[in-house]
Amino acid sequence: MSFLQVTLALLDGFKTTFILFAVTLLAAVPLGLLVCLGSKSRIPIVRIITRAFIWVIRGTPLMLQVLVVFYVPGLIFKMPFQSRMAAVIIAFIINYACYFSEIYRGGIESIPKGQYEAGQVLGMTKTQIFFRVVLMQVIKRILPPMSNEIITLVKDTSLARIISVGEVIRSAQDIVSGYALIWPLFYTGVFYLLFNGGLTLLLGWCEKKLSYYNG
Amino acid sequence: MSFLEVSNITKSFGDTEVLKGISFTMERGQVLAIIGSSGSGKTTLLRCLNFLETADGGTIRLGGDTLFDAQNDRRISDSELRARRLRFGLVFQSFNLFPQYSVLRNVTLAKELLLRDEGHLSRAERRRRLDEIDEQARALLKRVGLEAKYANYPCELSGGQQQRVAIARALALNPDILCFDEPTSALDPELTIEVLKVIRGLISSDRTMIVVTHEMNFASSVADHVIFMADGVIEEEGTPEQVFGSPRSPKTRAFLQRPDN
Repeated sequence: MSFLQVTLALLDGFKTTFILFAVTLLAAVPLGLLVCLGSKSRIPIVRIITRAFIWVIRGTPLMLQVLVVFYVPGLIFKMPFQSRMAAVIIAFIINYACYFSEIYRGGIESIPKGQYEAGQVLGMTKTQIFFRVVLMQVIKRILPPMSNEIITLVKDTSLARIISVGEVIRSAQDIVSGYALIWPLFYTGVFYLLFNGGLTLLLGWCEKKLSYYNG
Repeated sequence: MSFLEVSNITKSFGDTEVLKGISFTMERGQVLAIIGSSGSGKTTLLRCLNFLETADGGTIRLGGDTLFDAQNDRRISDSELRARRLRFGLVFQSFNLFPQYSVLRNVTLAKELLLRDEGHLSRAERRRRLDEIDEQARALLKRVGLEAKYANYPCELSGGQQQRVAIARALALNPDILCFDEPTSALDPELTIEVLKVIRGLISSDRTMIVVTHEMNFASSVADHVIFMADGVIEEEGTPEQVFGSPRSPKTRAFLQRPDN
């Protein structure tokens, strides 16, 4: 296999990596807010259930969660997953929504009480205070930890191959076993590096955009 | 009947009784200074007036309207609460400006959001009202001496300038009563002077103000009426001459003789 052929084969695998990354990110960012609201809920039962759920998700390996989502519906309800990719995406979204929710919670709780009170004495509604006063400040504060998680997500996609989803490392492994070439496996690192490099630049640009004020 | 009638306000946090039945009245255009040591309940009283805390007991009447009655007031709607809050303005000790907005936007934001409550406006009407809000904000900022800082962000201003923005922001909503919660306690002496000068400049026959302060000179020179609070009660009140000149209560005397006053 020529270098070009390997590159094309790996690019094909990386397409799956990218889709898994993008769908997880797009869904987990808003879902994380929902989980965050649950873990801050004034209703004790909602709060306790949400926090217990976060504990389970953060306390077990993502690889195990992928396996559970893929196999358990078939074992218990006799409804096996038709799409391996769908199972991976669902497991990833749930896992990342929980991690994001904790970052959101930290961000929201770091905003001084005085900001809410200033909004209140100016006659704003709770929704206005959240969206007009607090949210932008939260986004600025959580951007660095979110960048960390987002970059981790890119690399976590490699776990998808535990249920034979053809992401980039899986593609490389196919070459290893089919053509007796080992180097494509290491070559996948370049794909991750380049993609994360681009992401780092993009997230850095966002941080810079928000650095027009302090506090 | 007085413009503001506060009667028998009580407030506890857990087992700590912070306000033990506060009653006072004031007339329109008056300046009331509330003094007292830390922990005497001054700030809590202001927060109850602004509905940042809900008093446990008592009533608040303003301009003939009952704004708060602990007896039958447990559940009021959010919009009703907002309407009541707007009758009072509050300038905080720590300014609490919105850091992500320019100075001008800090002053206009709340008014623009209130415009939405008025239901649907034609585009031209909306434009006209927004221009009005903008113009008013610029006039207020000019009045507090910040006409050169419209486009700056709070982090670019000194503490004194930030507090002056906060004053303009509170004035923009034209509250019936403007409250100040130790407005200069977070400031250096020289910045204190500029802020006090601005507050002094606000006094007029239709501006009613309540100032919680540690600045005794300021209180005695601007206030029409002074309340000295100690341990959650009004220990002494009267004109500045009475309270500062010939205090009757030993607690007041002890407080006024402290070297830092």
